[in-house]
Amino acid sequence: MIELDAVAYSYGGGEIFSDVSVNLEQGSFYFLTGPSGAGKTTFLKLCYGGLLPTAGHVRVFGAKVCSLERDQVAMMRRKIGIVQQDVQFLDHLPVSDNIVLPLTISDRNSDLAAPDLDDLMNWVGLTDRARGLPEELSGGERQRAALARAVIMSPDIVLADEPTGNVDWEMSKRLLYLLTELNQMGKTVLIATHDLSLIRAAKAQVQARVLRISKRGVHLAGANL
Amino acid sequence: MTPVLSLLRNLIFGDIRADSVVPPSGFTNQLTLFISGAMAFLAVFGLALSLASGRLATKWNNELARTATIRIIAPPDQLAGKTEATLKVLQTTSGVAEARALTGVEQQALLAPWLGHDLRLDLLPLPQLVEIISEKVGFDATGLRLRLLAEVPGAILDNHDRLRLPLLDAVFRMQLLGWGVLVLIFAVVAAMVTLGTNVSLAANAQVVNVLRLLGATDSYIKQAFVRRLTIKTFVGSTLGILLGLLTIWAMPSVDKSHGFLSGIELQGEGWIISLLLPFVFGVVAFVATVNAANQVLRKIS
Repeated sequence: MIELDAVAYSYGGGEIFSDVSVNLEQGSFYFLTGPSGAGKTTFLKLCYGGLLPTAGHVRVFGAKVCSLERDQVAMMRRKIGIVQQDVQFLDHLPVSDNIVLPLTISDRNSDLAAPDLDDLMNWVGLTDRARGLPEELSGGERQRAALARAVIMSPDIVLADEPTGNVDWEMSKRLLYLLTELNQMGKTVLIATHDLSLIRAAKAQVQARVLRISKRGVHLAGANL
Repeated sequence: MTPVLSLLRNLIFGDIRADSVVPPSGFTNQLTLFISGAMAFLAVFGLALSLASGRLATKWNNELARTATIRIIAPPDQLAGKTEATLKVLQTTSGVAEARALTGVEQQALLAPWLGHDLRLDLLPLPQLVEIISEKVGFDATGLRLRLLAEVPGAILDNHDRLRLPLLDAVFRMQLLGWGVLVLIFAVVAAMVTLGTNVSLAANAQVVNVLRLLGATDSYIKQAFVRRLTIKTFVGSTLGILLGLLTIWAMPSVDKSHGFLSGIELQGEGWIISLLLPFVFGVVAFVATVNAANQVLRKIS
């Protein structure tokens, strides 16, 4: 689904990583781990066309991202659910409107019936927060709202950047559970995290592959984390 | 629906959902409304100035181009004979439609602004004036001058070019100035709307980033910004133009006043062009906003 072929990325004269070749397969569950500054966020951005590689190619759904027009990149992103580390919302809109925003953008609001939205809000535990504004949400609630927004279009891939970075362990487990549920629905999930305990907890629930990122590239990690 | 109709429909009616994703940016909107109103008010005067200059140029041209004067300078006892000889020459000059010697009363009226009404002209050695009205094609001024020189010495032709051409030149420059002011006003509006779009997009950088991340196309993101600023410019310029038209309407007419700015009025096509100005402002704003938004959005991945 997402294929990186000999990808390198440099920024400000420094090379973040080079010669990265990875193929994210459909329906798989991946963790991307590595030290801070290793390029986890950069890797995720390359996966959805937020950045373009300085060398090599990124293919998403079979198409080379660097050769896509801006509108084609937009269409591609509609099939990818993205949860950023620093979640951003439209602060003037209620939480529920923010969650249905991907449908609004793609003019598919009619696809979602009110009970479906209620189910989704219930799934992420934000039913009583639906009409509130994003600024009223706690860190964990923002992450869950972002997850709900990421999956509302039923994307093929979910990319999450440190989704548990600002939440306590109980909330981390809850978010992880939601992501594993998505994977069980056939979605490809890639989570960037430096939290090894989260990876260990996930391995008990789902068959997860761990990608370790470093300056030398991205490699499948062994059993010992 | 054709693309143009679709564009107009989106511009006028908009997409409530797409509009709602951009928070209202009160300050930029109010500023756009005010500046476009003020510029439109000035545009009405620029237009009125241009059109009035055009009318004046046409009037002077028509009045002066087909008239000429022959000044006969001679001792009083020869004046009548030379006047008759001059009229005979003119009767046989092709291109002259009408020629007549001005009466004493008419000559006195011409001199009245300088010499007053009570002066007895017969006491002054004044030249006799002969007025010529030419046919549409006109006459050969050089040929007539040479003929008068030979047949009626002391009869001098003045075909008003010395007066008419500098006047027409001045009026033409004034007309050009009026159109220049209009172009400048449109350029200022375009610059102002471009700045407004940049400010709006910069103030809503987070909104734009979120929308791009969630798969919004550039045209979707642009829609709300373009629509808002275009409509504000249209509304502002409509108000400014109405105010400008009211002001011009309330000005003293050229017939009633000889004061400053009298004669700056709109007639016929002037009113129609004025009423079209808000649409021109709208188009200028639309193009400027789309262009500015394209440039800003291109920098966002």
